Amino acid sequence: MAEQLFYFLIYPGLLFAAVIGAFLSWYDRKITAWVQFRKGPPLFQPFYDFFKLLLVKETILPKHGSKGVFLAAPIFAVFGASIAGVFILLPVMGIETGFKGDIIVIFYLLTIPSLTYIIGALASGNPLAALGGSREMKLILSYELTFILVLAGIIQKAGMTISFSEIISLQTLNGVFAGSLSGIILFIVFIFCIQAKLALVPFDAPEAETEISEGIMIEYSGTPYAMIKLTKYIMFFILPAFLIGLLWGGLNFEGINILWSILKILFVVLLLTLIRNTNPRVKIKQAIRYFIVWMNLLAIIAIVLSYFGL
Amino acid sequence: MGFKEFCFKKSLWLFHFGGASCNNCDIEILDCLTPRYDVERFGMLLVGSIRHADVLLVNGSINQRDKSRLLEIYEQASKPIVVVAIGACGCTGGIFAEGNTFAGPVDKIIPVDAYIPGCPPKPEAILAGIVKLLNK
Ligand code: SF4
Repeated sequence: MAEQLFYFLIYPGLLFAAVIGAFLSWYDRKITAWVQFRKGPPLFQPFYDFFKLLLVKETILPKHGSKGVFLAAPIFAVFGASIAGVFILLPVMGIETGFKGDIIVIFYLLTIPSLTYIIGALASGNPLAALGGSREMKLILSYELTFILVLAGIIQKAGMTISFSEIISLQTLNGVFAGSLSGIILFIVFIFCIQAKLALVPFDAPEAETEISEGIMIEYSGTPYAMIKLTKYIMFFILPAFLIGLLWGGLNFEGINILWSILKILFVVLLLTLIRNTNPRVKIKQAIRYFIVWMNLLAIIAIVLSYFGL
Repeated sequence: MGFKEFCFKKSLWLFHFGGASCNNCDIEILDCLTPRYDVERFGMLLVGSIRHADVLLVNGSINQRDKSRLLEIYEQASKPIVVVAIGACGCTGGIFAEGNTFAGPVDKIIPVDAYIPGCPPKPEAILAGIVKLLNK
């Protein structure tokens, strides 16, 4: 019991994932600044932001809305993200093996943060938040199918095993999946799914800052907003870690391998950041078409290729 | 300086309220976010919702219509919030002070923490004002 709690709260769950995620989010902002020829924020900026929201700012509750749900949603988001983090990071970092079928569980757990954002937004009673919520819902409906196709492709490549740690150990034996043609295609599609899951540009229509004033987040302030920030930090680490575990052989924190693992994560986040900085925001209709038609097509091609062993 | 205050000063998020301005101050404020001046160095960000803001930048003269809106924006903000009046119009009314729709400079409507005069103030002046505010 104590061990489980330690896994959940400290390592590799809540605390560890949040700290690493916060540094990754600084890295993302710094790269963004460099791309725009700026200097960028200081190293501990995500921590300042978080503690400011948590400790200093007042929490405002919506007058016309359901206050309990509004406050509960961010807490559920943090819990969902950290449980997903535990299930992902235990096998990826080789601490424990997990159980059979945990990929399916992780898939469901990863949707919890987005769903709670929608619930919180609708509970706030703000029309712009409702607009953002409906966009987020459409986005989920479009990328989730693609995501499951990618997972299907990976399971196919791994010889129909649905255990995360078995997939990782298979890759250490036979070489990483991203080394083959179908693996590369799956990697690309996965990157775009992460982009949509994290609501980064070009798929940030639900929180479009300049258009609907941060949409689903508009009414949040103070502590609940700090919880949402925390969720975002955690997601920013565990989604790339999930990708690396499934397609790039997992992370290894022993000896010199630690450097290679860090480089892997930084590379994936760099890709996300560069996509975010070189693209405009697409309309929600375009985003849906992008996933339903093009990304699904790519994923299916990858599945067929992997069927022929390419 | 306590930990709370330190975090607050290190992460000021800006919300921009443009009153009935001539639009010049708005442009100068946006200049502060450009590569040349880059206020993100100090951890400042422009946010889209007043609920997230720590600093309310008010520029332009406040006329009868803006007055109720400014009050409402101020009440909706999550406290503590710092109000900065930018430009001659924000500080005193400037060239609009004699107009018959003018409803008083910003500090008659809401409490102001810092004034940055100029018509328009240079981005350097705005940065200097913000730095002064940080060291207060
Ligand atoms: S202070 Fe000058 S530049 Fe600024 S809004 Fe007023 S008239 Fe325009």
